[in-house]
Amino acid sequence: MNLIRVHNRLVILISLWVLCLMLSMQANAVLTIKITGGTVGATPIAIVPYEWQGMDAMPLLQPWKVVSANLLRSGRFKPLPEEDMLAKPGAESSINFADWRLIGAEYLVASTMRELGHQKYEIEFVVYDVFRARPLKKYTFPTTAKNLRATAHAISDAIYQLLTGQPGDFSTRIAYVEVEKLNGGLRYRLQVADADGFNPQTVLESPEPILSPAWSADGRNLAYVSLENRYAEIFIQELATGQARRLARYKGLNGAPSWSPDGRQLALTLSKDGNAEIYVMDLSNQSLRRLTKHYAIDTEPTWTPDGKHIAFLSERGGKPQIYMISAKGGSVRRMTFEGDYNSEPTFSRDGKKMAFVHGSQGKFRIAVMDIETGVMQILTDSNLDESPSFSPNGNMILYATNLQQQGILAAVSTDGRVKQQLATQQGDVREPAWSPYRK
Amino acid sequence: MLKNQRRLLILAFVTGFALIGCAQKPDLQEDTSSSDVVGSDTADTTDTTRSGLSDQDIGSGVASDMDSTTGADSAMPSENVVYFDFDSSNIGQETRDILSAHAAYLAANPGIKIRVEGHADERGTREYNMALGERRANAVTEVLTLMGVGSQQTEVISYGEEKPVALGHDEYSYQLNRRVELIY
Repeated sequence: MNLIRVHNRLVILISLWVLCLMLSMQANAVLTIKITGGTVGATPIAIVPYEWQGMDAMPLLQPWKVVSANLLRSGRFKPLPEEDMLAKPGAESSINFADWRLIGAEYLVASTMRELGHQKYEIEFVVYDVFRARPLKKYTFPTTAKNLRATAHAISDAIYQLLTGQPGDFSTRIAYVEVEKLNGGLRYRLQVADADGFNPQTVLESPEPILSPAWSADGRNLAYVSLENRYAEIFIQELATGQARRLARYKGLNGAPSWSPDGRQLALTLSKDGNAEIYVMDLSNQSLRRLTKHYAIDTEPTWTPDGKHIAFLSERGGKPQIYMISAKGGSVRRMTFEGDYNSEPTFSRDGKKMAFVHGSQGKFRIAVMDIETGVMQILTDSNLDESPSFSPNGNMILYATNLQQQGILAAVSTDGRVKQQLATQQGDVREPAWSPYRK
Repeated sequence: MLKNQRRLLILAFVTGFALIGCAQKPDLQEDTSSSDVVGSDTADTTDTTRSGLSDQDIGSGVASDMDSTTGADSAMPSENVVYFDFDSSNIGQETRDILSAHAAYLAANPGIKIRVEGHADERGTREYNMALGERRANAVTEVLTLMGVGSQQTEVISYGEEKPVALGHDEYSYQLNRRVELIY
């Protein structure tokens, strides 16, 4: 009797273990980031490895490394190499500023990580202005082994905010579509990862295409287009629960969802009345309001951050160009005039800049326009760039491109200076969408 | 599992049969079958079973087999893919000829329904290409309707640039991908 029970328990244990193994094998490839340009002009900063105060060994994940990588990726800072440091002060150590001036550091972060209990820690750090030889601010972050990475992002945000006066976006996330060849077929996965590519989690997996993920303004929901039923349909999915709701399956196109800033409406493209037109759906009752009426293609709507206007692509002038219309409807205003193809408009959170895909002479590149002056600047130099998405603080634009036949993501700063590539080990990545700040 | 595999074999066989009538030029036949590979997965098939369906050799092998025996007695038009210029949904004379063969067949068989699937090459943005694929499929459907095909007989679906038959990033691949497929 007892033996059987033990046997059963063993079977359960082994099954659980196999299940875990399968789950971990399914765990998706992490995006690795390669910085391809833009450390010139970055502020040198010394981020000292944490002084460790604890009985056990320091956790494997060392938050200061995550902080260094984040600040480097921002393009605003150049973390100095550890081997150049003449001292390793903790949060309460006295600082010999001459040591740090010698290696060219403008700022210094000295920190201590304390073990408070089992897998419970506290990270205390002080940010110093090296030239003025004085502390700027002291912080204390409680954390756990499980939350170390999230805490490292929060620390990065705090340092970035203190030194640049702007909020950091290291604690935000990105959504993207990963496509992998598997057993002769394709697997499409809608992924959500940390802004640095770590912690990828699958939101939707399907043998049929997934496209156009769009974040709700509160960062809690994603809208997307899925062809899982061999027909383009729009779904919205709550990220915490994974619960999805089909919003649109009209005859013809169901595409290009974009949330209004107040989260109550969704702009989308439908062709149920003849050809591709822009509609606004009230999410409380799914009623539709038609915004455009033209025999040419109208699609890719996006809200201005004040919720008053919608920019979209239209072919009404003969070629795809970006136009603007009041969210209440009415006359349209053409926004782009250079090049023979401008599409996928998206706005920075302050509404001052519009990024889009600019096509001319057979090349499709990411461009940014200053809304007030109308001046356009091309930021990238590849051939097939698409899906631009602003980081929440508006400093970076994430987009999809190709590198040696592989679909990858890339990021460029809005001044074109900083450049990065994000790729997986296997398969293609595309359709990036940067989340808003968490609320 | 075995049952599933047998079902799939039958499916592959039927798919192959459907392909035969459609493909005459050897190069086109390859394109059609490979598009089916990408496009024909249903949501309820598993990964393992899909690999059976996606085997191109099986598809074309069956196709040539059936061609010799039953190819002649079918009045179904031989080509089911028409191609388009860049950023265009214009229908030229060659396309018109292909469509008129389908129109004659469909008019004679009013009970038959087809899917008119529009596709685009990878240049340009994905949602724009969804709209462009639909415009192409609509243009084809309009011509078929003018030629006497009942409006109930056609269903328009756009796949945009999501289901390419050729995976290269060159003009030749793009040409093959800018297409409308008539799926019986």
